[in-house]
Amino acid sequence: MQGRKIFKGKVVGEALVTGEDISFYGGCDPETGEIIEKGHHLEGKSIAGKILVFPSGKGSTVGSYVLYALKKAEKAPLAIVNKIMDPVVAVGCIISEIPAVDQIEIERITTGQKIEVDADNGVVTPID
Amino acid sequence: MVLELTPEERAMLEGRHGKATRKAMEIITALGEIYGAKRLIPVSSVQIAGVSYDNLGEAGLEYLSEMAEDGQTRVLTTLNPAGMDMVEWKKHGISEDFAENQQRVVDAFEKMGVVTTCTCTPYLIGNLPHFGEHIAWAESSAVCFANSVIGACTNREGGPSALAAALTGVTAEYGLHLEENRVAQVKYKVQTELKETNDFGFLGQVIGNRTGKAIPYIVGVKKATTEQLKSFSASVATYGGVAIFHMEGITPNRTTIPDKTEVVTEEDLKRAKMELDDEEADIDFISIGCPHASIKEIAEIASMLKGRKVTEGKTVWITTAKPTKDLAIKMGYYNQIEQAGAYLVADACCAVAPLKGRFKGLMTDSAKACFYARGKNKFKTEIRTVEDCIKEAVS
Repeated sequence: MQGRKIFKGKVVGEALVTGEDISFYGGCDPETGEIIEKGHHLEGKSIAGKILVFPSGKGSTVGSYVLYALKKAEKAPLAIVNKIMDPVVAVGCIISEIPAVDQIEIERITTGQKIEVDADNGVVTPID
Repeated sequence: MVLELTPEERAMLEGRHGKATRKAMEIITALGEIYGAKRLIPVSSVQIAGVSYDNLGEAGLEYLSEMAEDGQTRVLTTLNPAGMDMVEWKKHGISEDFAENQQRVVDAFEKMGVVTTCTCTPYLIGNLPHFGEHIAWAESSAVCFANSVIGACTNREGGPSALAAALTGVTAEYGLHLEENRVAQVKYKVQTELKETNDFGFLGQVIGNRTGKAIPYIVGVKKATTEQLKSFSASVATYGGVAIFHMEGITPNRTTIPDKTEVVTEEDLKRAKMELDDEEADIDFISIGCPHASIKEIAEIASMLKGRKVTEGKTVWITTAKPTKDLAIKMGYYNQIEQAGAYLVADACCAVAPLKGRFKGLMTDSAKACFYARGKNKFKTEIRTVEDCIKEAVS
């Protein structure tokens, strides 16, 4: 799948997919990587070490710093794949150096699937 | 890539001006690409938000410290409120731990050459752009004031993107930097007289709630003081998604006048007030100065408090910028306020100070303050005129 590079990097990992937007500030524990927003599709799940696939970001601009905190705590997602990148998430990925790609048809990816994110070229490829 | 960079901008992106500048340029070019900007443009002024340690946390502080290793501002840059008065924090009940961390945040900014004013009203204390000037400001109320009342051009920046503009001296040309995105979309006819400053807060709340992302063109407001426009800017930006408004006969931007018209009545303003008045609010905290109080407002409050005493069990914060506080000290207003048992608090405000759990009910004249008191601090709220707030304090 061809998308657009937001921040560079190339990784292979397991996808964690949701159809709901994510607010990192107040919606994700910066120390554990667990989604804590009440009623969120991923509530209780950890995004640490996963290729996190979701439509877009939402919420406060402080969210960028939460991604940075996750990186420092070694609980950051391996990469981020979005349908439409929101500036808060984009800035978060840049300051935390998390590979990120957007303009991807995320409906074609399922949780647990092994995928490769080649952010340099904006390409996402299912491995199996 | 559509975004074209000058050789100087490319050098920054390639790291030839150091690590922090590179990171800053990465942020700016990424935002430029996301929003389809064709080029970067110089900015002459920056206002950074995300200063209170209560919001930043350890991770935010770590990021700032890293940027401060070799980052230096290229344009006039000022700061949003911190979580405490940087001098008199102790008597306001702020913990040693918090104070230490807050000081580290401010030190990191200062190392980068930021003028560490800590106020949401930079335009009152020396960071005042002129009409048509391109700037990069965070702080939604100041953004709205700068775009609308001054006629400068800025998007609604976040903390890291505003810092990035400060370190590179540029921003991507999209959004409100382009004339075509500043045009009014809905006309609001105000059919009631606005008297007190908090009436302007209610008007901002009504229009903000209704307009969403559509730029308002407001008619029927006969006159407004700077303080009232500051209050309106804060409220409309808190309750709505807009960062610019037009007010006929008052704001300087040129625009076409939209056909779509909505009416704002006295009833609407009353309902807005009722929405901010919680039943059974047990008021133990009174705070005025959201956005930060001007010297004129402080003078008025000082004369209301002169010779009075704040009731036991109540805490009163009048929040302002440090240079304004210094002026208030010189003029004797500070003594009048503090001798009454109220505090004139510089650098901080009731929305970003670590106050959760300290109070039960807030009385204020600010619609914006109510929003954050309820959401972040879980206080009940009541909104009154400044005069009634002071009456409550000394009753």
